[in-house]
This record gives sequence, C-alpha cells and structure tokens, in this order.
Amino acid sequence: MSPLVAAAGPVIPTFGGSPSSFACERANRLFCSHWVSQNWGKVLWPALRQHVVLTLIAISIGFVISTALALLAYRHRWVERPVIAVTAILYTIPSLALFELLEPLPGFGLSRTTAEVALVSYTLLILFRNTLTGLREVPREVREAAEGMGMSPRQSLIRVELPLALPAIVAGLRIATVTVIALATIAALVDNEGLGVPILTAISNDVFKTELIAAGGMAVLLALGADALLVVVQRLLTPWTRARKV
Amino acid sequence: MDPGAEGVTALHNFIDAFRFIGRNGQIPGEPHLPTLVHLTFKTLEIAGLAMAIALVIALPLGVWLGHIHRGSFIAINLGNVWRALPSLAVLAIGVAFLGIGLGNVLLALVVLAAPPMITNAYVAIDEVDRDLVDAARGMGMTGWQVLRDVELPLGVPLIMAGVRTAALFVVSTTTISALTGYSGSLGDIINDETSYHLAGVLGAAICIAALALAVEFALAGVQRALTPRGLKLTARLEGDVAAPLAPLAPLVTGVG
Repeated sequence: MSPLVAAAGPVIPTFGGSPSSFACERANRLFCSHWVSQNWGKVLWPALRQHVVLTLIAISIGFVISTALALLAYRHRWVERPVIAVTAILYTIPSLALFELLEPLPGFGLSRTTAEVALVSYTLLILFRNTLTGLREVPREVREAAEGMGMSPRQSLIRVELPLALPAIVAGLRIATVTVIALATIAALVDNEGLGVPILTAISNDVFKTELIAAGGMAVLLALGADALLVVVQRLLTPWTRARKV
Repeated sequence: MDPGAEGVTALHNFIDAFRFIGRNGQIPGEPHLPTLVHLTFKTLEIAGLAMAIALVIALPLGVWLGHIHRGSFIAINLGNVWRALPSLAVLAIGVAFLGIGLGNVLLALVVLAAPPMITNAYVAIDEVDRDLVDAARGMGMTGWQVLRDVELPLGVPLIMAGVRTAALFVVSTTTISALTGYSGSLGDIINDETSYHLAGVLGAAICIAALALAVEFALAGVQRALTPRGLKLTARLEGDVAAPLAPLAPLVTGVG
C-alpha cells in the first residue's frame, strides 16, 4: 500500500505494560485513545506548549517590526513600496523552501532561530499591510478635529488614529496568527519542536494513525481556538464597532 | 568556528546548490535519481490537477452564490475557517484515513484551495455595484447576460486574487506532501537529505521558491489579460499600488 511500510511491524514502545495492552497500536487502528492518554504528558502536551511558544515569539517580533515599518510608511509614503515588494516575495516563498534556505546561513542551522526568522517573515506582509490600511482609513475630518483640539501629531496618533485602526490591526493579527500556527508545524524540519514533531514521527513510524490524527487535530484546533480568541479580544478592545453595526 | 569561516561555508553550500541545479539534480555516483526538470513538472502536474478540480467546484459555486446574493454566511466563514487549517495537519489526517497516495494529496489540496476561491468569487460578484446591474437589466439583459457581460468582467480582479492565493497555497502544499511520505514532487529532495546532501536540499529549495514566484507572476499576467481595460484605467488613475498583493487584498479587507 505505502512505500514506507517496513518489513517488521510498527515499532510500538512498551512503557513497561504487557504487550496485549497495545493491540490497538499494533494493528494501527484509526484512533487508539489508550495511546493518547499514555503519551499526552510525554509527547503531545509538550509539543502543544512548544507550538504556542513558537507562535507567540513569532507574532510578537513580527508585530513590533511591522508596526514600526507601518508607522514609518504612514509618515513617509515612499517607504511603502519597497517594504511591500520585499515582504510579498518572502510571503510567496513556500515554507518548506524558506526553512531550508535559511538553514545553511551562519548562526542559523537546525535551531529555533531558523524557525523563528522564517515564521516572522511570513507575518510581516499581513501585519504591515493591515496596520497601514487601518491608519490610512482614519477619516481626514477625525484627524483634523484632533489637530483642532490642540493635539500634537504624536498625541493624535496614539489617542485617535491607532485606536481607530485597531479593528484592521487585530484582523491582521488573526490572519498572521493562524498562518504562523500552520507554518510552525513545518518548522519541525529545522527545529525539533512543536506539533510538527509528532506528525513527522508518526509518518516515519509506519504511518502511525493515532498520532497523526491526534497531533494534526490538535494543530487544527489550536488554530481555530486562537482565531476565536482574537475575535473576542477584538470585540473587547473596540466596543464602538459593535454599537455602530446595530 | 568563527563567523567569517561560517560565512565562507554557507557561501560554498549555496555555490554547490547552484551546481546541483546546473547538473539537473544529478549526483555523481547516484545513477537513478529523477532529474530536477522531471520533478518540477511532476510538482506542477499535481498542483495543476488539484487547482483544476478546485476551480471547477469553487468558481461556479462562488459566482452563483454571489449572483443570487445568497449564502454570504457560508461563503465568508468558509474563507475564515480555511485560513486556520494547517496544511501539514490536513495532509496528516488525510494520510491516517486514506493512506499515502495521490488521492490523499489531491483531496487535501482541493480542501485547502477551494475556500479562498469560493469566498473571493462570492465577494467579487456580490459587491458589483447594484446600479450597474440595474442599468444592465433596464437595457433588457437577461440574468445570464448580466452575469456574463457585467458581473464577471468587473469581478475579475477579486476572483483572480482568490485563484492566485489558492495557487500559491497549492504549490507550497504539494511540496509539503513529501513530508507525509508521498513521493513525486520537488519536496522529495528536501525530504531525502541522505541521498541528496545539503547542496541538493538547498538546490531543491531554490527551485521551489523560483517555481512559486513563477506561478505567481504567470497568474498576475493572466489577471492583467482578463481585466477589462476600463478597470485598469480606473486603477491607474486612483494610484492603486496593490497589484503585486492582490492575493491578500480580499482576505484582509473583505472578510476581516
């Protein structure tokens, strides 16, 4: 059936249990809940935690860089084109290739740095564009009113323009977060962390179905959960957008 | 190793990678490796097949829903859920149910490619100016004529944006399918460092990146050819700089 099936049966670790208790694993049935409960603490939970940490680091760094660039482009229009050209190319490069292209560079190698630099580079285009669009869409009258009230450009930016751009900024964060969660599974190639690790292990371990479904399902649920969480955050941060819709 | 020496090693690796590309993916002493050209065409073949299936399903559905202005909830939420699906996870779950093979890869690719096309096609047609549609109807056009002569031409930029987003996704996911044991794409080389060494892996990564950029530029060309001249003029007058970023525009603004 598959080119990967080895001559011997699947390698099932026996954690001191009797062989009969691994009948489901040996038969490689679709889902062995016994395996999941046995390996939750050792395999799945640490992978999930690493995945969350990888994502949070990438999003934080990406957010800082792209917000700085967006503010710069908001004041100086000429900044926009080069930033978009570079980030669009980074965004277009398939993740599998980008991780491998970074690996031989000095200071990278098989490390978290390599994974994070690639992940951050995928957030830049989305976050930069959304923040800039959000800022640009602040109505001119609003900015003039802020100026008329005696606000300095900095005060106007922080107290008026950025809050009004929040829905667009959070929308960008949502897209960037689910994108990073998806790509972080592939980061397992260069950085032995995250939910990609159990997926790749399961593939090389004679396509061990339980682990594939458990880890794959966790990655999907993590992405959906993060997306839902950010929707809630957006509602809490921008109560005025709800009032307008009603 | 000091940083200078590391830099030199990295440079050598990249030079070797380009040599590997120059040898068309052959490695001295390993006679039976598929050529790079062959793997590139295989990758394009799988990606093209998946895109064709997804196009046939997604475009008519999205366009029709947009034309009758129904189903916005499904069309738009589909796009939102889609973004959250990690491709490796979808492939992995597919492997568990279907085993390793072209069927599983195609199913995963179609599942990942259809939603952005449905969402974009829906938004493109749904958001065509109602006054224009009314004017067309007033001129005596039938529903089908309105769709063909008014809504579709005006919707081209957004529809193509969805197609481009999906195509990029499909190309990169096709290579990822190598990680789930399916052999028959440029990803195979990356998944087999023992045969190909670092130079081969790097060479394949360069080819994959170049392929994705080529697909993106080709589809941007198709979009330009399909866009009605009037729309191009307005875009230029309004100083629209979003052209290289069309793939993201609708996902960012339309369905946020």
